Amino acid sequence: MRVPILKQGGYLIASVQSALTDRDLLDLRDNLAQQVGKFRSRGVIIDVTSLDVLDSFAVRTLRTLAQMIRLRGAETVIAGIQPEIAFAMVQLGLDLGDVATALDLEEGLVLLERRTSRGGRRAKRSGN
Amino acid sequence: MPSEAETEVSVPVGSDADIIIARQQGRALAEKAGFSGSDLTLVATAISEVARNIVEHARRGEVVLRMIHQGDKRGISIVARDEGPGIADISLAMQDGYSSGKGLGLGLPGARRLVDEFELESSVGVGTTVRMKKWLNSHRSVAKYR
Repeated sequence: MRVPILKQGGYLIASVQSALTDRDLLDLRDNLAQQVGKFRSRGVIIDVTSLDVLDSFAVRTLRTLAQMIRLRGAETVIAGIQPEIAFAMVQLGLDLGDVATALDLEEGLVLLERRTSRGGRRAKRSGN
Repeated sequence: MPSEAETEVSVPVGSDADIIIARQQGRALAEKAGFSGSDLTLVATAISEVARNIVEHARRGEVVLRMIHQGDKRGISIVARDEGPGIADISLAMQDGYSSGKGLGLGLPGARRLVDEFELESSVGVGTTVRMKKWLNSHRSVAKYR
């Protein structure tokens, strides 16, 4: 497995360390969808701080991943998109849809905490 | 005035791992050519899109990266070439959201927006060649299709 997945409390943290091939990205998607069930995780953070490119395939795969995780009953946050990559994504016309993003891992954890706490969840549901 | 080749790197592309090699080589060459910051990311991302186009549609081909000069201008040229099935309807392939592969349909039209010059040449049964140029400190965009 190219991307180590760490379990921290009720969350899974996938910390991307190096450039990922298409296959690696698909493996990450499938592993996370599985491990959310295995560990009964309420949230997933994908830390992409060290990635230097997010192209159309990577963005599409992250969107699919987040949708799958949501269907499994958990939340996903993409953390650490670098400013140059954000710029390239805008130029490409790519966005992550309604997938949550955070500045870094720390902010990602705060966001997940808010989204997966009972009150937060209920408030979100009634807001929809 | 014709561009003068100074440094050239050719990357054979036949798998998704080669996409990464191509964009890393491109980033390194662009850095040598004087690019920095978000321009490096734009170059690497554009290479990623055209290299993936090769892997998805033609299975194999090559990406040729070159440092170029034109008068006072310096830049990088990226040529992605394959002998795959070719593109029957180029204007359709260049439309945002059109995809015959596994991408978002943003690959080629997206790559066009990341560079200053973009040329797509394709014949069914013969292959496809994408030529892109990015100039240092330049932010205009020219696109040609044949």
